[in-house]
Amino acid sequence: MEATKKGFDFKKFMSDNAMWFVLIILAVALTIVRPAFLSIANLTTLFTSESIKGIITCGVCWTILSKGIDLGPGSVAALSAVISASFVQSDDALSRLHSIHLPAIVAIVLAMLIGAVVGIIIGWLVAYTHIHPFIATLGSQLICRALAKMYSSAPVSNLDEGFRNFAIYKVAGIPMVVFIFLLIFIISWFMMTQCRFGKNIFAIGGNDQAARVAGINVEKNLVLTYMWSGICAGLAGALLAARTDSADPSTNGLQYEFDAIAAATVGGTSQTGGVCRMSGVMSGILVLGVINNGLVLLGANDNLTQIIKGLIIVGAVVVDMRKNAKKP
Amino acid sequence: MSEEYILEMQDIVKEFPGVRALKGVQLKVRPGTVHTLMGENGAGKSTLMKCLIGIQPPTSGKIIFDGKEVEFKNPLQAMNCGITMIHQELSPVPERTVCENLWLGRFPMKNPLICDHKRARQEALDLFQKWKLDLNPDDMMKDLTVAKQQMVEIAKAVSYDTKVVIMDEPTSALTETEVEHLFSIIADLKSKNVAIIYISHKMDEIFRISDDITVFRDGEYVGTDRAANLDVDKLVTMMVGRQVGNMFPKVDCPIGDVILEVKDLASGRAFEHVSFDLHRGEILGFAGLVGAGRTEVVETIFGIRQKTAGQIFINGKEVHIKSPEDAIKNKIGLLTEDRRGNGIFGLLDITENTVMANLKNYGFPQNHKKMKEDAIKWNKAMRTKTPSMEQKIMNLSGGNQQKVLVARWLLLDPDILIVDEPTRGIDVGAKAEIHSIITKLAGEGKAIIMISSELPEVSGMADRMIVMYEGHMMGILDRNREGDTPFDSDEVMKYAHGEKNDFATAK
Repeated sequence: MEATKKGFDFKKFMSDNAMWFVLIILAVALTIVRPAFLSIANLTTLFTSESIKGIITCGVCWTILSKGIDLGPGSVAALSAVISASFVQSDDALSRLHSIHLPAIVAIVLAMLIGAVVGIIIGWLVAYTHIHPFIATLGSQLICRALAKMYSSAPVSNLDEGFRNFAIYKVAGIPMVVFIFLLIFIISWFMMTQCRFGKNIFAIGGNDQAARVAGINVEKNLVLTYMWSGICAGLAGALLAARTDSADPSTNGLQYEFDAIAAATVGGTSQTGGVCRMSGVMSGILVLGVINNGLVLLGANDNLTQIIKGLIIVGAVVVDMRKNAKKP
Repeated sequence: MSEEYILEMQDIVKEFPGVRALKGVQLKVRPGTVHTLMGENGAGKSTLMKCLIGIQPPTSGKIIFDGKEVEFKNPLQAMNCGITMIHQELSPVPERTVCENLWLGRFPMKNPLICDHKRARQEALDLFQKWKLDLNPDDMMKDLTVAKQQMVEIAKAVSYDTKVVIMDEPTSALTETEVEHLFSIIADLKSKNVAIIYISHKMDEIFRISDDITVFRDGEYVGTDRAANLDVDKLVTMMVGRQVGNMFPKVDCPIGDVILEVKDLASGRAFEHVSFDLHRGEILGFAGLVGAGRTEVVETIFGIRQKTAGQIFINGKEVHIKSPEDAIKNKIGLLTEDRRGNGIFGLLDITENTVMANLKNYGFPQNHKKMKEDAIKWNKAMRTKTPSMEQKIMNLSGGNQQKVLVARWLLLDPDILIVDEPTRGIDVGAKAEIHSIITKLAGEGKAIIMISSELPEVSGMADRMIVMYEGHMMGILDRNREGDTPFDSDEVMKYAHGEKNDFATAK
């Protein structure tokens, strides 16, 4: 066979970054119809509202990359939210679950630890008992939600300012939560492209048998994958509580996992495993964010938003499958 | 238009983005003959067949079938017209019965709504009887051997009243008796005036069954001739375009100390009582029929399977290898039998595939520059043919994929390298290269275990040969350093069929 000419492959560039072009087109179209879209205030709102789901997406995309899925993050976020929030309630709060008070940063770490523990248990189940991740994480979704409600039947509110600042403190007009999202995104990108862990997960998602033969500890790496997804979910939960000054066990993080799976999928993460790019994941998060934001600006019905999101997700998967089917 | 040919393909060109896979090739098949396609991997044989049956329609060219010009849009059209292909990698539905697989997509119906199970079963039975196929329509597909699954595919093919059957390396996973059976089925097909297009790399087979042979090289047509006019040397020269040197460049090298000792090893019912030692600089061959337990032995040594009895010593010290990770720590490498199943990462590129077993050595963060340098260095040493290091490995031919995998293990610098069917489905040129690398490694003092179902390969390469039969060692043979034949093949066959057993008491 003759070699393809080396150099810039325009087609490949286009298909790899298709969602970024979609994003640009959406943004331009919205700006024309509603110039307010491009205002700094609106963009800040957009980023702020997508940050928490974005953090969850940074974890979930790893499980999809490993040929699995994680349906737990929304509930894990609720659980970590109520627990961490209960340790940072103001002294003058009306209903306090207990009187133990922790420094804000400790509460955040606690939230991440809760996520990590759930993730390790799920990862262990997936790796060693070989139950399907869909089932394992469906279990964790139900159990964590119930645990959150058992821990506190009512929303936990009136939180310390120090704790709340992790989400709402503004640097250059941008809330902290956005910076934390970007930090998590960069860590995720770094692990995926620069660390052995990332390469291992690409291998496991692409061909777990071959990964095993190449000396990769498949089980350990799967546990780490779900642990990371759990950590992201736990952190997201704490930030959610901090941002809204309320940790509600029954509504916090509800269906966030689906938005995260949708964003990862739209961003080119393949459900067949072994394919994921963090830049794609970011484009997926932003495209869904722009749609949410744009339809609010246009005053559209919430149901319409859901329909458009649904169409985009299915469309993205169809495009993705066609791309992968073009093998010579 | 010539009536002499059932199928004529003329000036077939197939272009993929950036690649011209076929550069105007031709093929003429006479009815009731076996027409073999030969060529190195990547020569375009499979692509031509995909063009023929409409999986990948040709960019240009003419196909004349049964006197009419045709252009199939998909394999179903081709099947309905009488051309069927039996793929190298079979695609059955494992959880359904033979009968359902046979009628997949065209199940006999009582009426548009209700399936006719009775008729389906009866017609299946009739078909099996007519073609002397030993199949039970009620068996689950997943319980069948590869040979039986292949028979189902053949049954499917003939049920279409087919005129041309394409067989892509049909014998690569069959035992000797199964191959004989396949050949008798092929003879039967021929007698009923069905033409067979046969793709294979196995010379002895090709000369046994072919009537005509067509050779391709690098997407170009080289020539067609009657098999009777050709011999192995001529064919190889046509395929490679040059004379290939010694197929088995065995160099005698000093045999060193014992490095690996296996005592009374067993793993479940797969094999038992396997004991041997392996020296530095030695190539230890494992011969036997498919299913004799050879792969299972090396998988156990490498930690893919768990041992249920026995001990393994490396350099005199007992080791407990529970996973491939442990094995690699003990400087053992395993080139597996199933390249696609547990060798390559199809979606990843050459560089990543090369370094995958060695990621520990690239630090934190991972040193991509060094990765690429290593990949270039070792793939150069292996003479891997690839447009670039960024190429996804699934786009390479089988031989080149195998070279990347060998490079992966060489990069680890193992003391013990186990190669399981290292040249299966690989063309002659690459085969000779892989043989010479294995010999060179032994010369450097590495210990090699080599499994191969091709007896000439084991005989040509090994210093000693262990023959297995149904999970037991039957004998250990030493290389005969004088004389023309290093191993007595008749004797090996006797061991391999369980007719001779040096360890009868050990059972």
